[in-house]
Amino acid sequence: MSAREVRLRARGFAPRRLPGAGAVTAVCVFAAWEAVCRAGLVSPFALPAPSRVLAVLAEMALSGELLAHLRASLGRLAGGWAIGMLCGVLAGLAIGVSSLARSVGLPLVSALFPVPKIALLPLLILWLGIGEAPKLATIALGTFFPVALSTASGVDQIPRSLIRMAQSFDLPNRAIVLKVILPGALPGIFAGARISSSIALVLLTAAEMIGAEYGIGALVLQAGHLMRADRLLAGVVLLSVLGVAIGAGLGALERRLLAWR
Amino acid sequence: MRLRARNLAHAYDGLAALGPLDLVVEAGERLAIVGPSGCGKSTLLAILGGLLRPSGGRVWFEGEAPSGSIVPVAYVFQDFALLPWRTVAGNVALPLEGRLPRTEIRARVGAALARTGLSDFAGRFPRELSGGMRQRVGIARALVVEPGVLLLDEPLSALDAQTRELLLEDILGLTEGATLVWVTHNLEEAVRVADRVILLSARPGRIRAEIAVPVPARERNRPEAVPVLARLRGELWALLREDARRAQTEGPP
Repeated sequence: MSAREVRLRARGFAPRRLPGAGAVTAVCVFAAWEAVCRAGLVSPFALPAPSRVLAVLAEMALSGELLAHLRASLGRLAGGWAIGMLCGVLAGLAIGVSSLARSVGLPLVSALFPVPKIALLPLLILWLGIGEAPKLATIALGTFFPVALSTASGVDQIPRSLIRMAQSFDLPNRAIVLKVILPGALPGIFAGARISSSIALVLLTAAEMIGAEYGIGALVLQAGHLMRADRLLAGVVLLSVLGVAIGAGLGALERRLLAWR
Repeated sequence: MRLRARNLAHAYDGLAALGPLDLVVEAGERLAIVGPSGCGKSTLLAILGGLLRPSGGRVWFEGEAPSGSIVPVAYVFQDFALLPWRTVAGNVALPLEGRLPRTEIRARVGAALARTGLSDFAGRFPRELSGGMRQRVGIARALVVEPGVLLLDEPLSALDAQTRELLLEDILGLTEGATLVWVTHNLEEAVRVADRVILLSARPGRIRAEIAVPVPARERNRPEAVPVLARLRGELWALLREDARRAQTEGPP
C-alpha cells in the first residue's frame, strides 16, 4: 500500500467574528449607492444619494427638528419598552415557577403573541383616548409577549439541581427566585429583550404613522406624503441607527451581566 | 445528631422504587449506601435530605444540632450544583445570606475556603475550576452551615480516578467526627469512607445486608488495612452481583 497523508476532515462549521467586516460592507454599500446616484442611473426623487440624506439630517439637526422627532420617539420607545419588559419578565417568571400561572398564562400568551399588535391600536385609542397612552400600550404589548415567553423558557433552562441545591439549604422561596431563578433566566431575558427591541421599533414607527405630530414614524409618513424621498430616507436611517444603538447597548449590558458564561 | 427513618417507602407513578425500610444513622457515624443501579439510593438520600416527600413512612432527627448550625442537614451533589454566575466565595456564602451578619458570613466563608484549600480561588467562577475543585466548593458550601448530618450523593462519580482518590482523602479529613450518609455505586469507595455499609436490593430498594467496617477511619490508608477492605469489597460484590446484572437488563424505573 502506498503512503498517503491523513487528510484533516474537521474543517468549517465553526463561524468566528471577522473584525471590521461589517464596517467594510457598510462602506461598500454606501459607496456603490452614491456612485449609482452620481452617475445618474436613478432619479434623485426616487433614490437620493447618501450624501443628500446626510445633508438633510444635518439641516434637520440644525433647525432642531431632528431633536424634536428623536425626543418624541425615544420617550415613547423607552416608556413602552420598559413597561413591556417589566410585565413580560414578571409574567415569564410566574409562568416558569408556578403551575397555576403556567397552566393559565402559557396558552393565553401563546394565543395572543401572533396577533399583530398594531391592529389593536384603534381599540387602544378607543379605550385610552387620543394621546401618548395608546402608543405606549401598543409598544408595551408588542414587547410583553416575546419577553414573557423568553423569560419562561430561560427559567426552564435552569438546571433543576440548582433549585434543589437552594432548597436543600432551606432558602426561602423569595431568595430562590432572586438568587437562583432570576440570574439563571437572564440569558432568556436578554434574548427576549433583543427580539422585543426590534418589534418595539416597528410598532413605534407604525403607531407614530397612525397618529403623531412628532416622531420618526410621523417624519417618514409626512415625507412620503410630500414625495420627499430624502427626508423619508433620513427617517429610515434614524430608525436603523436607533436599532443598531439599542442592539449595541444590550450587547454591552449582556457582556457585563453574563460575564460568567 | 441521630437520623432515623421508619417504614420509609417511595413509588414513582405507582411503581415501587424504594422500601419499605427502617434506618438509623447514629451521631458521628459514617454510613455508606450501595446497591444496584435504580435501586433507590439517591431517592433515599433525597428523602433523608427533605428534597422528596416519601410515599410512606417518616424521617426525623434526634439530639441537638451543633452550635452554630444553620441547617440540620447539608447536601453535596453529584453534579456540584454550583451557581455559575457566582464566584467560589459567593457560592459558599449562599446558604448563609440573610441568616447571619455580613462580617460573620465573611469569616465563615473564609474559614471554609481555607479548610478546603480554596482560599486562592475565592474570586474565581466555577467554569474556571477543574471538576475536583468544583466539588471542593460544593463541600465547602455544605460545611459552612455546620450541619448536623452531611448527605453526599455520589460526590466523586463525576471525577477522574486520581482526583477521586485525592478528594476522598480530603473529605475524610474534613468531615472527621461528622454524621455522614454517603451514597455511592463504588464498593471500594464505600468501604474506605464508611463505618457501616448498607446494601440495598434491586428495585424496590430494601436493606439487604449491613456490613460493619472494622478498620478505624484513620487507619484505612495503611497497608495492613488493604486486605481487610478488599475482603469486605468482595463480600459486598458477591451479594450485589446478581442484582446488578438484573438491573442492567431491567433499565431505569
